Amino acid sequence: MADEEKRIDAETGTETTGHSWDGIEELNTPLPRWWLWTFYACIVFAIGYAIWYPAWPGATSGAVGGTLRQGVAADIAEHAKGQAVWRDRINAAPLEEIVKDDQLLTFANSAGKAAFGVNCSQCHGSGAQGFAGYPNLNDDAWLWGGSLDEIYHTIRHGVRNEDSDDARYSEMPAFGDILAKAEITDVANHVMSLGALEHDAGAAARGAEVYADNCSACHGETGAGDPEQGAPRLNDAIWLFGGDADHITAQIKQPAHGVMPAWGLRLDDDTVKALAVYVHGLGGGD
Amino acid sequence: MTDHISGEDGELYSSRKKIYPKTVTGFFRTMKWRIMAVTLAVYYLTPWIRWYRGEGQPDQAVLIDLANRRFYFFFIEIWPQEFYFVAGLLVMAGIGLFLVTSVIGRAWCGYFCPQTVWTDLFLHVERFMEGDRNAQIRLDAQPWTAAKLRKRAGKHVIWLIIALLTGGAWVFYFADAPTLLGRLLRFDAPFVAYASIAVLTATTYVLGGLMREQVCIYMCPWPRIQGAMLDQNSLTVTYNDWRGEPRGKHRKAAATPLGDCVDCNACVAVCPTGVDIREGQQIGCITCGLCIDACDSVMGKLDLAKGLISYSTLTDYEASKAGAPQQSVMSAILKPRTAIYAAIWGGIGLAMIAALVVRDRLDAGFEHARNPPFVRLANGSIRNSFALKIANMRLEPRVFQVSLSDLPDGMLTQSNAPTPPGRSIRVQVPANKTHESQIFVTLPKESVRNAGDFTFEVIDIFGTDTVTYDATFFKPE
Repeated sequence: MADEEKRIDAETGTETTGHSWDGIEELNTPLPRWWLWTFYACIVFAIGYAIWYPAWPGATSGAVGGTLRQGVAADIAEHAKGQAVWRDRINAAPLEEIVKDDQLLTFANSAGKAAFGVNCSQCHGSGAQGFAGYPNLNDDAWLWGGSLDEIYHTIRHGVRNEDSDDARYSEMPAFGDILAKAEITDVANHVMSLGALEHDAGAAARGAEVYADNCSACHGETGAGDPEQGAPRLNDAIWLFGGDADHITAQIKQPAHGVMPAWGLRLDDDTVKALAVYVHGLGGGD
Repeated sequence: MTDHISGEDGELYSSRKKIYPKTVTGFFRTMKWRIMAVTLAVYYLTPWIRWYRGEGQPDQAVLIDLANRRFYFFFIEIWPQEFYFVAGLLVMAGIGLFLVTSVIGRAWCGYFCPQTVWTDLFLHVERFMEGDRNAQIRLDAQPWTAAKLRKRAGKHVIWLIIALLTGGAWVFYFADAPTLLGRLLRFDAPFVAYASIAVLTATTYVLGGLMREQVCIYMCPWPRIQGAMLDQNSLTVTYNDWRGEPRGKHRKAAATPLGDCVDCNACVAVCPTGVDIREGQQIGCITCGLCIDACDSVMGKLDLAKGLISYSTLTDYEASKAGAPQQSVMSAILKPRTAIYAAIWGGIGLAMIAALVVRDRLDAGFEHARNPPFVRLANGSIRNSFALKIANMRLEPRVFQVSLSDLPDGMLTQSNAPTPPGRSIRVQVPANKTHESQIFVTLPKESVRNAGDFTFEVIDIFGTDTVTYDATFFKPE
């Protein structure tokens, strides 16, 4: 850039600034002075902004007296206050009433879904689809009963934990120590026949007697199961630990047992109720 | 370029030259008063028009209900998913500006723009408090006295009151006006209402009272766009220099014959943006026509023909200059550009009216649950889950029937509802609300193999609204 004499441009009648780039000169079409002041005002605003907010992480904490994180916490507290009226109504209403009241049901489903995502999805999956050993809650097979009240009880007191006296509890013996190897193979085949899985008919017939002697007390003569004792139904299409010979045999020899915390000790009762309504509404509730 | 936007002494920034527009009377001034009365009345009064829509529904004719996501305009109600109506209106507003510009030039700037209307109102207040142009110039020059302080303070107080009412009227479009007014006066209205009023009070006061023509000249993009839209057949405020020049004050003493312009400066004195129209069409000219009024009254006093400054097209200007007859007004208006704008504008308008008439007041969606995509039940049947949403967009409660077609053995059930499985379910949806629930489609084990695409059908059982929704049944491989 070269500095040249300011002169009046002949074409436009406008004065030049005196700046010239390879012969291209700049016309002086000035900004209004107030525009310049808005520029200064922006600088002042930026300084104020940097002081007001924690602009330099770790270095300044800002005059606003808090972080955005604290703001979020305050917002959450504010919303929780707004939810109080609903939580009170959930607390007051029996579960059967909650599912009949559209508004309460909507609230319970939303609250239940949120609580499920935070507390339950780690084991049961975010869609409650379950994994081997962790029941799928969308289906209609219930180890401990699928009514609203039974689901509520299971969530509140948990399964096989030492924290709640009312926790669901049952323990299947390890038949690997009790039965001979051949008997186990036979009874496994019998169980597969109950569940309409592919099996060895001869072994299954031999296993019927072993089953009647050792298993039917809990699982029922026809394999209908017993939610009272948490004995899974065997004559259905659902296999918690896997529906093939290896998994069924392993489960007979040395059964694995699921454990769930007593959520009533960790969560408010209205949250547990909302969870019960949500889980029941996933589609499999009785 | 006019004086006040070129630098003084080569400076890179120019100071504002204060403008003291003089009172003027005449045809265009009268028109401006009337348009101002109508536009301000529309702005301030619209939120107070009542429109009965039924029990429990808002009865405000024009209401933007952000909290409930509804827009009401008399007999029309718009849901967020119908926002294309608003988009269409905005497109029409844009094309409408082009159309108006094509027919009568910058009429928007001169008469209807809020910046023009409020500035005009503020100028009137200024004259009421401080007197006309000359009195204002004197007042500016004189030292501070009690009288000057009183006049100045009075002016700003009235400006602030107008600004407050302007900002105040704005928030009534977003809530029930009588209720909100009560809450505003009891100081228990939402913070956002007070904040909106504060911001709009400030902008009205600053833009209408302090910035005025600076907004048009420096801040508004429209004058630039207008500049590109004008052609030789656009109506503009035109100084007929062939008649006026050479201008001069002392006609009799002049050596050579002078033009009709007596250089009285009346056209400049009345201009709200401070331009000298005799320099030709320019960005600062909002074509309000006040200089025409001023010049015509001077011409009248001098017994000269009116129209030394007139609304004219460049074609007419050239024709008059050459002594040829002017083209008819219709031929200035009826040009291809006008026809194209009118066709686009009218086409969008008709399409929107047609869409409004035939639009469904029922909207239904079935979002397929994907986690898990399907569930195996104890008896081996397979179940798919869908999040059902039914929007009842009418202002009365309705009962809808949701049924399955193309899935012969499929059965429908609803989450947390005791109804037995069936081919259809009924859902009651309150007026103007959306129903949401989880529904399940179950197929017996033996039918799963052949299951695939199917259709949900939603009908209003007492009406004619019908919606179908294509879905796919997910199953184990």
